[in-house]
Amino acid sequence: MTFALDHIGLSVGGTNVIDDVCLTFEAGSLNVLLGPTLAGKTTIMRLMAGLDRPTSGRLLLDGRDVTGVPVRERSVAMVYQQFINYPSLSVFENIASPLRVAGLPSAEIESRVREAARVLRLENLLQRLPSQLSGGQQQRTAIARALVKRAGLVLLDEPLANLDYKLREELREELPRIFSATGAVLVYATTEPSEALLLGGATATLSEGRVTQFGPTSAVYRDPARIEAARVFSDPPLNELAVVNQGGAVKSADGRALGRVAALASRPDGAYRLGFRADAASIGPPSPGALSFEGVVSVTELSGSESFVHADVGFGVWVCLVEGVHEWAPGQTVNVNVDPARMFAFDGQGDRVRARSPAEVAA
Amino acid sequence: MTSITLDHIAHSYMGKPKDDSGYQLKPLNHVWEHGLAYALLGPSGCGKTTLLNVISGLVIPSEGRLLFGERDVTRLPTEQRNIAQVFQFPVIYDTMTVAENLAFPLKNRRQPRLVIEKRVAEIADMLDLTADLNRRARGLTADAKQKISLGRGLVRSDVSAVLFDEPLTVIDPALKWELRSKLKRVHRALDLLMIYVTHDQIEALTFADKVVVMNDGRAVQIGTPAELFYQPEHTFVGYFIGSPGMNFLPAEVRGARAHVAGFEMALGATYADMPKGRNIQVGVRPEFVAGTRGAGLPAQVRRVSDLGRKRLAYVSLAGHPLVATLPHDMESVGETLNIAIDAANTHVYLDDVRVAGRAP
Repeated sequence: MTFALDHIGLSVGGTNVIDDVCLTFEAGSLNVLLGPTLAGKTTIMRLMAGLDRPTSGRLLLDGRDVTGVPVRERSVAMVYQQFINYPSLSVFENIASPLRVAGLPSAEIESRVREAARVLRLENLLQRLPSQLSGGQQQRTAIARALVKRAGLVLLDEPLANLDYKLREELREELPRIFSATGAVLVYATTEPSEALLLGGATATLSEGRVTQFGPTSAVYRDPARIEAARVFSDPPLNELAVVNQGGAVKSADGRALGRVAALASRPDGAYRLGFRADAASIGPPSPGALSFEGVVSVTELSGSESFVHADVGFGVWVCLVEGVHEWAPGQTVNVNVDPARMFAFDGQGDRVRARSPAEVAA
Repeated sequence: MTSITLDHIAHSYMGKPKDDSGYQLKPLNHVWEHGLAYALLGPSGCGKTTLLNVISGLVIPSEGRLLFGERDVTRLPTEQRNIAQVFQFPVIYDTMTVAENLAFPLKNRRQPRLVIEKRVAEIADMLDLTADLNRRARGLTADAKQKISLGRGLVRSDVSAVLFDEPLTVIDPALKWELRSKLKRVHRALDLLMIYVTHDQIEALTFADKVVVMNDGRAVQIGTPAELFYQPEHTFVGYFIGSPGMNFLPAEVRGARAHVAGFEMALGATYADMPKGRNIQVGVRPEFVAGTRGAGLPAQVRRVSDLGRKRLAYVSLAGHPLVATLPHDMESVGETLNIAIDAANTHVYLDDVRVAGRAP
């Protein structure tokens, strides 16, 4: 099965909440919708499920227009961030509920519920009520209910956000495996870049109701096509600076010469924006080839094996990731080196610009 | 200047338990030092919130004494303990301005107007709220409201402690970085004892001078972020801190060598003979297990995970699962991979507790 959003838009009170979204998902694929709160993740899922109707565009199932088909006539399952179970029903009946509604024979229900409970490690809890479960067990119950339906389209809306960190780590590893075995189109919404990377598959980055990029997750991470995609896919946040390009030599907005950026060498002179992630920056004496910035440490955070140094470089506070445990004191002046090869350059429209090959330049 | 002392503090909801398993909070002695930032870290149900509630006065412990400085406050109600609290969700007055919200805890204590104005301005400046001071709280975003909650928690300079109960749960990842670093800066500037409850290891490690790792009602290790990373005293700390957590392999230990599943590996120290019939494991973090083209232990590759900044190989060593880090220049990985284990960062655990070896 192929599920496609074809120029989907949703306008509420004259505002485009969802703007011209085109995405195609194949059966058995894992797809991440990555974006901050209010980027449109939940809204897109509700449109896909048929809970809301788009104001423009079509939803295509294997090429067939299903835009107006109500949710109950579609093969779709959804799991929400806030786990929802029937409080008066046992775990078994909670998982069985969509199958009872569908009127399946009880032997079939029994075997499907047992199978889902086994996969989600709920076998010993089937007779309990939701109130007797931990948060993780309640969410696993909700996920099991989505699994037994054997829906062609499974929508998981930040399903692990309310769970403990370690439990999240474990379920995140299991979920794609559990659902990919069913051949469903799996769509997973998250605000966290690290979660998208751990899930793998394909990722669509979202900003203000628009898809800014869609492709294999690690390719989108390594090679963002727009500045919004780079921002959404950076945690710690993307470090940025405005520069003026003169044949590959760049100056800061206040006129200081910074060095050469290969991506801009064959590009027209003028204003650009550079962005780079925390691990592209290091702290130490100015090194040849690197762009160097003097900064004042505002705070250093340690995360066990690594240190995140927040440094004010005059046009913003950057976060630099340094291996090992280091305590740079607040107020201390440091030199931040950035490898220009690991900087992304964006033009005035926010589109990524790359180094042109000699052939391109000649043409 | 007050420190807070837990003197044999324990809590059980059903009287005096026969053994440790009956406690929600197992007996604990600890001194929270003035001026330090602590995190209480652990999974849900580990007792971290119970411990916070003991300090705030929401729970009267069934055993032990709680001292603020020299004063026994074990049975005093919250309002007589001189503490400030910040909760998971913003607690502010919608009809008041941001400035009035920040001033509220000071007004309540009848502080002079000039003192209030000065302190509110100072806190607003630290949290970047100065521009919003005269706005009503009603129209603000959830993030901004939580910033005001943080500000209200920090506005009194005379408190014994500021307690935070998962204050950044509702905040977007990008803003979390900003708020966390602000909180840390504020802590440096204000000289307060802060205790911060979270299940998120990154939040705990980046915020705190010292982290109390809790599991099953017990504080299993109290240490700096580096100590928890490099020298976990308990297998739970190895598992819980780090993402993914520490690798553990069942082993036989003889002197400075460990025998694991038919392989022999070097240890960073020499160990006395272990008692028979006990659970002996070696533990090593994925950061110290490296894929290599040179000599190493032969492992079967199950899958490779690309985390952007690094790539991990999930391998199997004679049937035992193990996570290794792939060096940047190792582009492709076949079905088998040689792994090199850093002996200096390999620890030995006897029934889940780290065993100290003799330095070589």
